[in-house]
Amino acid sequence: MKIYLDNAATSWPKPEAVYTAMDCFQRNIGANPGRGVTQSSLASSALVLETRELLAELFHINDPLRIAFTLNVTEALNLALKGILLPGDHLIISGMEHAALARPAFALRKQGIELAVVPCDAEGLLDVRDLAKAIRPNTKMVGLLHASNVTGTIQPIAEVGKLCREKEILFLVDSAQSAGVLPIDVNRQCIDILAFTGHKGLLGPQGTGGIYVRPGIAIRPLKEGGTGSWARNMEQPDIMPDCLESGTLNTPGIIGLGAGVRFILAQGLERIRLHEQQLTALLWHNLKKIPGMTVYGPSDLNGRTAVVSFAVDNMDPNQISSFLEMDYRVVTRAGLHCAPLAHQTIGTLPGGTCRLSPGFFTGGREIDVVIQAIEEITRKYRR
Amino acid sequence: MWVITFLSVFHALRAEKILQKQGIDVKLIPIPRQLSGSCEGLAAQLAADDVKRAVTILTANRIEMVRQGVEVK
Repeated sequence: MKIYLDNAATSWPKPEAVYTAMDCFQRNIGANPGRGVTQSSLASSALVLETRELLAELFHINDPLRIAFTLNVTEALNLALKGILLPGDHLIISGMEHAALARPAFALRKQGIELAVVPCDAEGLLDVRDLAKAIRPNTKMVGLLHASNVTGTIQPIAEVGKLCREKEILFLVDSAQSAGVLPIDVNRQCIDILAFTGHKGLLGPQGTGGIYVRPGIAIRPLKEGGTGSWARNMEQPDIMPDCLESGTLNTPGIIGLGAGVRFILAQGLERIRLHEQQLTALLWHNLKKIPGMTVYGPSDLNGRTAVVSFAVDNMDPNQISSFLEMDYRVVTRAGLHCAPLAHQTIGTLPGGTCRLSPGFFTGGREIDVVIQAIEEITRKYRR
Repeated sequence: MWVITFLSVFHALRAEKILQKQGIDVKLIPIPRQLSGSCEGLAAQLAADDVKRAVTILTANRIEMVRQGVEVK
């Protein structure tokens, strides 16, 4: 059996209920949600609504219909940025952003949106005071990655949210690495727009994700089309979620995502977090003992998620990742992890790091095997 | 019969759940033809006595309605 330590990219395996829910829908229902009045369509719609309600429970969202489904977090972030910002608006992001937020932000800069990138410290942490200093009269939005996909660093989103609310700035949170692992409460943390993906911590399949938009905020859709509502009207409806959900949804995927979220709610976030912290502690303490090794990110377990990036002197991270898979069947990811800003911040350009990201289904014994494997590889190949 | 109509199927389904939780008996039906000028989709059919309370509950839950209780013959 392979040892899968790439949960920060896609979580695997999924809870059994995710596979069965998707299979059951495909075999027995299969109809389009939100269209027509047949019992089949209603059954689809009810299942899609259930996923919205489960997500609303997890993120403490009062109205589940303020959640629209997207392909992934990247689409959700593009929607939030391109559907709200206009030339002359000022956008603030951090020096730890993933390309999913950074690339659309830099693309918008070419169209007249002003962009500030607030630097983070060597462990990837944002200082809220630095963010406050970057605020200008035309600052419209702050976009922030909740937890880093490179270092696992958790940003102080509640503090940032409070600051944004005081200054009447929209607060956009990229929860790609935190949803399903860290507590997210859109009210308490003053999150105006929450972008999430289904295929990582939420334990759903690839091709699922979504966006929560606080009541009172309107987003221009990236695409128009059939929504099943206002069918006689040639204009796109402006109600959530229909306005952002043109075309047939990824219904089987959304139903799988619902099963993933139900699993998380049944286990409880605390239990999931504790298990992942134990694995992270094992990795962190044992990797540090290996000669020539640098492990990145916060040493405080409460300040990070289960993402452990490392580099070894005189070794290419990609080479380590290849050896781990070929010789030990350990699946990791090496390189820049689509986050050049983060690597610039922690000083790992251009080579990047090798990243280990265990999940809820990873066992302690698997971590022991991985640590021993890395030890052997570095002993054998490090010049 | 009395109906409340909604902007989309998701709103209708959500309304059904919320009202049932509050003990109001509703049945989702296709929007009656006399009303379908406004939109297409589903309506909640309910007893005349429940209409006022249902609209109050749905308003409190931010469920947008197209027709907040209308009698259809």
